Amino acid sequence: MQSLSNRKKILEQEPMNFWERIYLPAIFKGLAITLRHFFMKKNTIRYPEETREYSKNFRGMHSLKRDELGRERCTACGLCALSCPAEAITMIAAERQKGEENLYREEKYAAVYEINMLRCIFCGLCEEACPKEAIYLDGPHVPPEYLRKDFIYGKDKLVEQPFINLEELSLNK
Amino acid sequence: MSEGKIKVSIDGILVEVEPGTTIMNAARQIGGDVVPPAMCYYSSLEGSGGKCRTCLVKVSKGSEKDPRPMPKLVASCRTGVMDGMEVQNITSPEVLEARKGIVEFLLINHPLDCPVCDQAGECDLQNLSYKHGIEETRYNFDRRTFEKIDIGDKIKLHMTRCILCYRCVMVADQLTDKRVHGVLGRGDVSEISTYISNAVDNDFSGNMIDVCPVGALTDRTFRFKNRVWFTKPVEAHRDCPTCSGKVTLWYKGEEVLRVTGRKDEFGELEEFICNDCRFDKKATSDWVIDGPRSVKNTSVISSNHYELPAPPPVIKENLKLQTENKKQLERAEKLK
Repeated sequence: MQSLSNRKKILEQEPMNFWERIYLPAIFKGLAITLRHFFMKKNTIRYPEETREYSKNFRGMHSLKRDELGRERCTACGLCALSCPAEAITMIAAERQKGEENLYREEKYAAVYEINMLRCIFCGLCEEACPKEAIYLDGPHVPPEYLRKDFIYGKDKLVEQPFINLEELSLNK
Repeated sequence: MSEGKIKVSIDGILVEVEPGTTIMNAARQIGGDVVPPAMCYYSSLEGSGGKCRTCLVKVSKGSEKDPRPMPKLVASCRTGVMDGMEVQNITSPEVLEARKGIVEFLLINHPLDCPVCDQAGECDLQNLSYKHGIEETRYNFDRRTFEKIDIGDKIKLHMTRCILCYRCVMVADQLTDKRVHGVLGRGDVSEISTYISNAVDNDFSGNMIDVCPVGALTDRTFRFKNRVWFTKPVEAHRDCPTCSGKVTLWYKGEEVLRVTGRKDEFGELEEFICNDCRFDKKATSDWVIDGPRSVKNTSVISSNHYELPAPPPVIKENLKLQTENKKQLERAEKLK
């Protein structure tokens, strides 16, 4: 059939010569390439033990912060939940009782604070919305779990560990 | 011109009103953006207004007979209109500048505890300062602080948040008998109080919560239950022997968290409701639901409330069509 574009080329394959027919040189050439890669710099890392360096503005797991006296900063104002485009955050507020002033910064606090990590898209809007500088997405990756319910993080996983003054601790002993 | 009515122009919009109307009410007849904001004026409370100065407007022409402008900005809630008066509200930069100053004055002693306050989201002062205020405070001194007071088991008074609009005092004066709370002290040290920790216990005392433009008087049964914008307002009514029984229910899921009166577009109660409706009837079975309350889309309450898409039209069964189709199918099958 006549070619429409007149650019058709007919390729002619020449018969293989002796060295090509015995295949061995090509095999050794291939093996040499493989062998060279054994001594090259590796592109992968052993992930859980080693981690790559993250960007400074990497957004990982949330943490609820404490202030300089170790009191929880969150006052359950609901602005994080309001700003959340994935509606991942829920909370129940409670009133601070007398004698709890060392635990909570404001007169209202979050008794329950839950983030569904499967819903969360790590956009960081909650961090931006927070008027009390209580939530930051400064953690690592969210670890994998087997059950969906385990991805709903409560205050036990989110609240920052209280700051322990080692000097004071040794003095008390 | 109709008989006995006078013409006023507010921001260039002409309106005909009865003689004796205030500029504020004339502007409210027009509605929309030309309505001056009000923190203390409440149309259903006699003698309210003239205290907060947020409704200041400029009168650029006094009247037809005396066209001289008024020398200073006037409080629109207390100034009556004259025939041929020309008023400038949002068209006058002077008024907007003055309002900025007023907001700053109102916020001098107002704490910045909106994250804690139950009024946040429906607070007049919050809206006002968002619209007219400046971002930062220039006030360096300590704000005045008070202890929180429980007035009765249903109402909480945060005197720190109060802007002294006197609305709640007028509610007590005009709605209930035997007023037990009022304003103590003068000027800088004046405060709303019951003098000797006394319970405000009247059938209509709960209305002072709705009337309060800030979070100074809050519902103790709703205290810290939820943020306003997470609840869903629904209009409802019931047969109440003491009041009209027309209210707004604030739902969270299936639960009624709060009952308030219905507010109009100017944030004023249409009808005052009794304490029984407000505090004790918090089950859906107590109420007849009238439908969802329409919320302005500029309000935070409307955020994240998505409307359900309209259901597709249901196709009616048409027996004639169905039999004809069946016959046609049979004919087609026969010819195959």
